[in-house]
Amino acid sequence: MAYILIFITAIFVNNVVLSQFLGICPFLGVSKKVETALGMGAAVAFVLTLATIVTYLIQVYVLEAFGLEYLQTIAFILIIAALVQMVEIVLKKVSPSLYQALGVFLPLITTNCCILGVAILVAQGTYNTQGLEPNLLTGVVYAIATALGFALAMVIFAGIREHLSMMNIPRGMQGMAIALVTAGLLAMAFMGFSGVDAGLAKALGL
Amino acid sequence: MNQLKVLWNGIIKENPTFVLLLGMCPTLGTTSSALNGMSMGLATMAVLIFSNLIISLIKNLVPDMVRIPSFIVVIASLVTILQMCIKAFAPEIDKSLGLFIPLIVVNCIILGRAEAFAAKNGPISSVMDGIGMGLGFTLGLTLLGAVRELLGTGKVFSLTIFPDSYGALVFVLAPGAFIALGFLIAIVNKLKN
Repeated sequence: MAYILIFITAIFVNNVVLSQFLGICPFLGVSKKVETALGMGAAVAFVLTLATIVTYLIQVYVLEAFGLEYLQTIAFILIIAALVQMVEIVLKKVSPSLYQALGVFLPLITTNCCILGVAILVAQGTYNTQGLEPNLLTGVVYAIATALGFALAMVIFAGIREHLSMMNIPRGMQGMAIALVTAGLLAMAFMGFSGVDAGLAKALGL
Repeated sequence: MNQLKVLWNGIIKENPTFVLLLGMCPTLGTTSSALNGMSMGLATMAVLIFSNLIISLIKNLVPDMVRIPSFIVVIASLVTILQMCIKAFAPEIDKSLGLFIPLIVVNCIILGRAEAFAAKNGPISSVMDGIGMGLGFTLGLTLLGAVRELLGTGKVFSLTIFPDSYGALVFVLAPGAFIALGFLIAIVNKLKN
């Protein structure tokens, strides 16, 4: 039951973009159309889950086993960069249609801070585990939920921006300024979910 | 004269926060107060200056194929050194910035400047570019932090301007970050025209 709680908390209550400020660059950069936002969300979900599993295993069986924790940042960014390259190559070979859909977004993902951020949070065990022991399973559940939260925020935001592009906006506010204010209002709407996790924990009997 | 132009370019004309819109994650995530914003800006500036210097020195030794990965390794090593220094000498800053210190590695300003400037110019102008861009980033973060702290709690650098009870707490929380930055960019756009 606590897994459900981790899941819902990571998507709605502590949304990765709107309350933790990770992955803002793609959130603002590729959210002009719902279609591209969906593609980016799917690509991030795929890489984030994979990267979290690999970096967690490397952290436990290589870095901690040999006392090399201080190499965490360097090791993780290299793993993520290599993983993105590999996913690109495999996808190109195995599923050309999926590659067509996600291909453009994959190189951008290496420098998406939500991948490295979530990998570090899971490796350190400093994310909200709802009282469970932080291990690979809770980490993966957290990573998938975070990725879904990212995709959800991206798609909602892209939908709003599609409408915004048809509006008459004052000159100074055009472009990024109005987008940021919109994101702020969206974040405010997501603040309405705070407290849902505590209520849900009570309802589930945790 | 030319070096000063490079410096000025980073601070005003191509300000990373308000004009280039690079490095948005730390810009929004660490500016809940002016002091936090400034420490994040200075930490990024330190990495930026040294990464620009090292990359401009090794640019001819690195084959073109592995350029980006080797730049990332240089940046990640510098960030690791910085992380250790901050943990040792300023543990309070480590606590308040938390996750955003290792995330300097994926800050687009640093890799962006390495690609766009340091890989094409000599070490001295690269260092000047690092100082200029770093100062511009620090300035942007400090300004945003000060605005949020003032509107949220009535203080700037913990100095009381008006009583706490008049502050709108939302500016210290997540939505305030987006809204305050949006309006600051709108003001900069207005001033530019």
